[in-house]
Amino acid sequence: MPSGAVTIQQGDFDLSGEIAALRGDDVQVGAVASFVGTVRERSDGSRVSAMELEHYPGMTEKAIDAMIDEARRRFDIRRVRVVHRVGVLRPGDQIVLVAVTSGHRHDAFQACEFLMDYLKTQAPFWKKETTPDGERWVDARVDDDAALARWGVQMGNAG
Amino acid sequence: MASSMRVRVRYFASLREALGEAESLELAAGSTVGALRDALIGRGGEHGRLLARNRAVRCALDQVMADEGDVLHDGAEVAFFPPVTGG
Repeated sequence: MPSGAVTIQQGDFDLSGEIAALRGDDVQVGAVASFVGTVRERSDGSRVSAMELEHYPGMTEKAIDAMIDEARRRFDIRRVRVVHRVGVLRPGDQIVLVAVTSGHRHDAFQACEFLMDYLKTQAPFWKKETTPDGERWVDARVDDDAALARWGVQMGNAG
Repeated sequence: MASSMRVRVRYFASLREALGEAESLELAAGSTVGALRDALIGRGGEHGRLLARNRAVRCALDQVMADEGDVLHDGAEVAFFPPVTGG
């Protein structure tokens, strides 16, 4: 069953609106942590004029829902929201939002970072950059596998 | 007992550009994801080159990340794609 916590969309998202909706009337919340990823203009020495994001509809939502379940097992958190954009994006555009509410800051911070580390290497998205030299698919980074391994999760992607 | 089964194969990102979006394939019942990859490599050409064992290729079975030892079933959806780069 989809949790409703995950949205894959072409359009932009509004951070404050998303956080207000996530908090709702939950007065047990004492901490809200969020991460927003944006498109960098410079990538591996080239100037990026556009980035196109592809995903695997159906699997993407299932994979992120499973990550949220895992975050709930590890951390004392209340609500989670993940929004990831697909399609053509430009430098400065928002790509991804992960927001977590919790009673206390430690679990909110940790769950937010855990979810981003997980998403980076286990959610089926692919980025293609347009540079002055043409289009190129972005290579996966070994550093991202190492980031997930810090949480004790050994699931390779790049390596 | 069925001796063969039909699976749907999907490709994403650079593999989709080279091999197309999807195809349907008949395999011996009980075949694994790895056996399917071997069959595709056996065609040679772009399939042989891009799915070769020295290439970083990930796979999913029924929309969940899979290992090559996972066993397929009739009607399974298998996907092959490069390492993921979202976030």
